[in-house]
Amino acid sequence: MRTFLDFGSDAVLLAGLTGDNWRLKDYVARGGYEALKKILNEHIAPEEVLAEIKLSALRGRGGAGFPTGMKWSFMPPNAPEKYVVCNADEGEPGTFKDRDILRFNPHAVIEGMIIAAYVMGCARGYNYIHGEIWEVYERCEEALDEARAAGFIGSHIMGSGFSFELFNHHGFGAYICGEETALLESLEGKKGQSRYKPPFPANVGLYGKPTTVNNVETLACVPLIVKNGGQWFQNLGQPNAGGTKIFSVSGDVERPGNYELRLGTPFATLLEMAGGVRGGRRLKAVIPGGSSSPVLPAAIMMETHLDYNSIAKAGSMLGSGAVIVMDETRCMVRCLQRLSEFYHEESCGQCTPCREGTGWLARIMHRIEHGEGRPGDIEMLDRIAHDIMGRTICAMGDAAALPVRSFIKHFHDEFEYHIKHRRCQVADHV
Amino acid sequence: MPLSAATRQKIDKAIAKYPAGRQQSAVMAALTIAQTEHGWLSSETLREVAEYLNMPPVAVYEVASFYSMYHLKPMGRYVLTLCTNLPCALQGSDVAARYLQETLKIGWKETTPDGMFTLLQGECMGACQEAPVLLANHQRMCCKMTPPQIDALLVQLRAEASQEERHE
Repeated sequence: MRTFLDFGSDAVLLAGLTGDNWRLKDYVARGGYEALKKILNEHIAPEEVLAEIKLSALRGRGGAGFPTGMKWSFMPPNAPEKYVVCNADEGEPGTFKDRDILRFNPHAVIEGMIIAAYVMGCARGYNYIHGEIWEVYERCEEALDEARAAGFIGSHIMGSGFSFELFNHHGFGAYICGEETALLESLEGKKGQSRYKPPFPANVGLYGKPTTVNNVETLACVPLIVKNGGQWFQNLGQPNAGGTKIFSVSGDVERPGNYELRLGTPFATLLEMAGGVRGGRRLKAVIPGGSSSPVLPAAIMMETHLDYNSIAKAGSMLGSGAVIVMDETRCMVRCLQRLSEFYHEESCGQCTPCREGTGWLARIMHRIEHGEGRPGDIEMLDRIAHDIMGRTICAMGDAAALPVRSFIKHFHDEFEYHIKHRRCQVADHV
Repeated sequence: MPLSAATRQKIDKAIAKYPAGRQQSAVMAALTIAQTEHGWLSSETLREVAEYLNMPPVAVYEVASFYSMYHLKPMGRYVLTLCTNLPCALQGSDVAARYLQETLKIGWKETTPDGMFTLLQGECMGACQEAPVLLANHQRMCCKMTPPQIDALLVQLRAEASQEERHE
């Protein structure tokens, strides 16, 4: 079974990966650690590396899309204790790209973290790995041992004045820890509940020290940028968003999997790469950027290009690049009910609007789905979602509310039908 | 049951990952190690971990009760967690859920009378291209779990259990 290792012809991050060639020697044979060697051997200053990252127009791949170079520049230069943290707590439903990067190419992330640490002056880093992927955590431990043995991690790396220690931290099942401040709480050995921002982690992060948290895919881009130049990376994408993006395609397609594309590729191309809609059925709806991003009907999606601006203009978000495809037989009430249960289950309980609101949403969705919907339920769903948004410490409140508002906006008839007739409008088989 | 010497050794290795005085950061690892040894986390184990990491017991309890993969009650020998989130649901997790419940004759959060299997409903495990995804004892990821695959897994786990018993 190698079909899921066909990542597409645009691939640079996942190019040449077979599933077996993840070890240090393989990575080096692919040109790995050359970026780090170049920096240390040629004494390239941190500011020069930062300038290349800025030129590359790399934007955070975890979902928010914030410019990485700018994020790094927020770190205070002279603080004595600073941390770089990799967010590998990939739990956004539909997203499975970081798992593939980590298991097939762990050293790209390690090298990216070492370079990030060099630029920001961090002596220590942590890779926070999603609880459910224990086997990947074990592989990352092995890869770190290899990097340490080869002298890429530790004191005076390759005889330079730069020292850096890196460790893996294994999570244990909490969606909220994908939020960077909740992740930091968890890393400190506490419940993963988000912190107020400001102060931002760049000022008060892990153990109260300046910290930058970056996504796996973001960090994996860094060695390529240093090696090939910021301009090269920027040219792969668009003026305000450089590079390729990995799209995780799941749901009703023939070949679910990760596909790496240049930003700005039409959605129709991605759908074709994934083998089209399963069983030759018609496309009904797509959630383009992970379960928290608003759903879009087929007609809009088929006209949309896959980049930050185009998807925003279409009314959704590029998010984590998780594309969940639903065909014509799917009941939108049932699909939303699944998501509402998830957000209720995963709300950390800290903020009342999210803790209570997600429960109300889940219960109303449950009764509509089970033929007990009442007149006014759709309006109530919308009002609850509205009242959660912007009223919580972290973005999870919005994440729970956005799907609800988009489902009832685009598929209003189906929700009305469900309440009135106490059953699905379509031949549901979810 | 006190923490065994082997468990303490593993916890020490986890503590070494964090700066001096920050051993609380190792609490998740310590609980994972203890749970792997005992199958669940008793109040006694939580107190032991608290003492070992120099934390208030309630702080350890907060962590153990917050993260979904820690168990504060005894579980079956194999905890089977099936993802039922939307991407898995679109790719057959409903069939897998029904099949597991019918085959094991138990519902969610229940354990088979022989104490072998506990069935849990899980959230996204980040492997949706290989849906339906099932996690065995939180460490072994089993992909594309169609009924024949589920049958094969159950046979395999039962065989592993009887082999372990012969060794004990």
